[in-house]
Amino acid sequence: MSTVLPPPVASAAEPDTHAAPRAPVVRAARLRPAWLITGVASVLVAGVAGLVVGPAHLAPVDVVRDLAGLHTGLGPQQVAIIEQIRLPRVVLGLLVGGTLSLCGASYQGVFRNPLADPYLLGAAAGAGLGVTVVIVGAADGAATPAAAPIAAFAGALGAVALAYGLGRASGGRTSTASLILAGVAVASFLTAVQTYVQQRNQDTIRQVYTWILGRLSTAGWHDVLVLLPYAVVTWIVLLAHRRVLDVLAVGDDEASTLGVHARRTRLVVIVAASLGTAAAVSVSGLIAFVGIIVPHTVRLLAGRSHRVVLPLSLLFGGAFLCVADLLARTLSSPAEIPIGVVTAFFGAPFFILVLRSSRRLGVTS
Amino acid sequence: MIDCRAATVSYDGHPVLRGVDVHVARGEWLSIVGPNGAGKSTLLRFVAGLAPGTGELFLGGRRAASLSRRERARLVALVPQSPVIPEGARVADYVLLGRTPYIPALGVEGPSDLAAVHDALASLDLLAFADRIVTTLSGGERQRMLIARALAQGSPIVLLDEPTTALDVGHQQQVLELVDRLRRHHDLTVVTTMHDLTLAGQYAERLLLLDGGRIVVDGSPSDVLTEANLARYYGARIRIIHDGGKPVVLPYREEHTHEPQR
Repeated sequence: MSTVLPPPVASAAEPDTHAAPRAPVVRAARLRPAWLITGVASVLVAGVAGLVVGPAHLAPVDVVRDLAGLHTGLGPQQVAIIEQIRLPRVVLGLLVGGTLSLCGASYQGVFRNPLADPYLLGAAAGAGLGVTVVIVGAADGAATPAAAPIAAFAGALGAVALAYGLGRASGGRTSTASLILAGVAVASFLTAVQTYVQQRNQDTIRQVYTWILGRLSTAGWHDVLVLLPYAVVTWIVLLAHRRVLDVLAVGDDEASTLGVHARRTRLVVIVAASLGTAAAVSVSGLIAFVGIIVPHTVRLLAGRSHRVVLPLSLLFGGAFLCVADLLARTLSSPAEIPIGVVTAFFGAPFFILVLRSSRRLGVTS
Repeated sequence: MIDCRAATVSYDGHPVLRGVDVHVARGEWLSIVGPNGAGKSTLLRFVAGLAPGTGELFLGGRRAASLSRRERARLVALVPQSPVIPEGARVADYVLLGRTPYIPALGVEGPSDLAAVHDALASLDLLAFADRIVTTLSGGERQRMLIARALAQGSPIVLLDEPTTALDVGHQQQVLELVDRLRRHHDLTVVTTMHDLTLAGQYAERLLLLDGGRIVVDGSPSDVLTEANLARYYGARIRIIHDGGKPVVLPYREEHTHEPQR
């Protein structure tokens, strides 16, 4: 054994025993600049592709110059296509995809469950019921009512609150298993109610179904402005907890002996992630798979620390949904494929490919 | 350093610890022994703040109930028997968790924290393992890593719950020698729970024998590890021999009085 002297002993009154640090040779898990640059580049590439590709042909150079406020040879109609149709859709895709991925990664961390996704505590079922009730209530056969986003938001948050309350009441102070089970029970119950309401009003099935599969097709700047404040708050809160989520990975008891209030931390993360998820689904409908596939792909390729997983999930999640939306509106143009179908159809094989490649190359641990 | 008065802990209304009084001096090594279900781990968890109960607890002269979690973590480090190891974590990252009580709640570590991790790894001869994935370590290396995390925590009180479980006899001795060396270098107060009575008697200065949630014998290893005590509280057939003044516990099998059936 080495005879190197360990650090001196601290006491509660002494904030730190290492006031005069030496140059450390150990390093902590951190987001490598190469990965950060790759994430930002993927957002830019996906964003420009989303602006350029479409029925109206636009040169990438002109699109970039227009965004930069420089003179272009584009006519007013082409500028309107960029700024009023494609740009809000791209921005919304980035916001929704990034938020759902970040929330999924946070849920997986806080529940220590790789199958957790942003809808774990019933957000999707609550949003689905809220929207179904509003659509059925409107019953005029027209487009989705204006109140649908509000109903989705309220339904999602209400379902999570109900699941959290039930989980706490039945599982004591620290059980994550009881929270997950409560989420499953609430989701099943709300889905049953939603299905019943839908069956009783079959003339609205198509509208409800379209919403449930998710869409960015009606995106406008209004949707972006509605989502943006919630998304920013969610991002700030969750990213600020990236190191603490690594501490929670050792379990509540050990985290407690390390000075972390596990239950309080979990509540803050759940509230922030649920707020972001509810806001995202209120403007985009239920887009499945993003919250699971992107964080796990990041873990396989870049590392498992939440310091790495959370920021990269935000960036790659946005880029992924932007590309998925691009495919959704071009593969069977002029018709659109529901974006939820695209995320699962292309996302699942891609994920399997990453999983196999990373194991073969020894990327993962 | 630890002053525990009338500690009582119940699980689902069933008392597991019944009015335990124990005082541990600074720099002392106390080992808690006793049969299964005696309350050894519960007493350790009570001191660590993980088993809520009644009674009073003072840590370093301060009332434990008045300490915040972070303050308590700076006073007491726990090495659990079955730690949760995050999948894919590197050794350096795992040891860095010990610095949590010093890092701002929503901040990240500073150079002083990395220096503390460096020192802890060096003390346990683990610097070469800093970038290894935890799950690739052997049992002995892993136990040293757990102690390194506690050392990085810089707490004057270190609690070890069954630190030699799942280690072979050589690694058991290496780990306990290491704990003893660190204790002496840093005047650490060490409390362990142990099933191996010989090792407990060889390394701890004082033993606390629990039975049914109560202290039944408290004293030096020679006082506690007697054939009469072990027969009474463990129901075990034991012979005690002394090796340099330290008791060695030898379980034996009673001779068969019946002829084997043919």
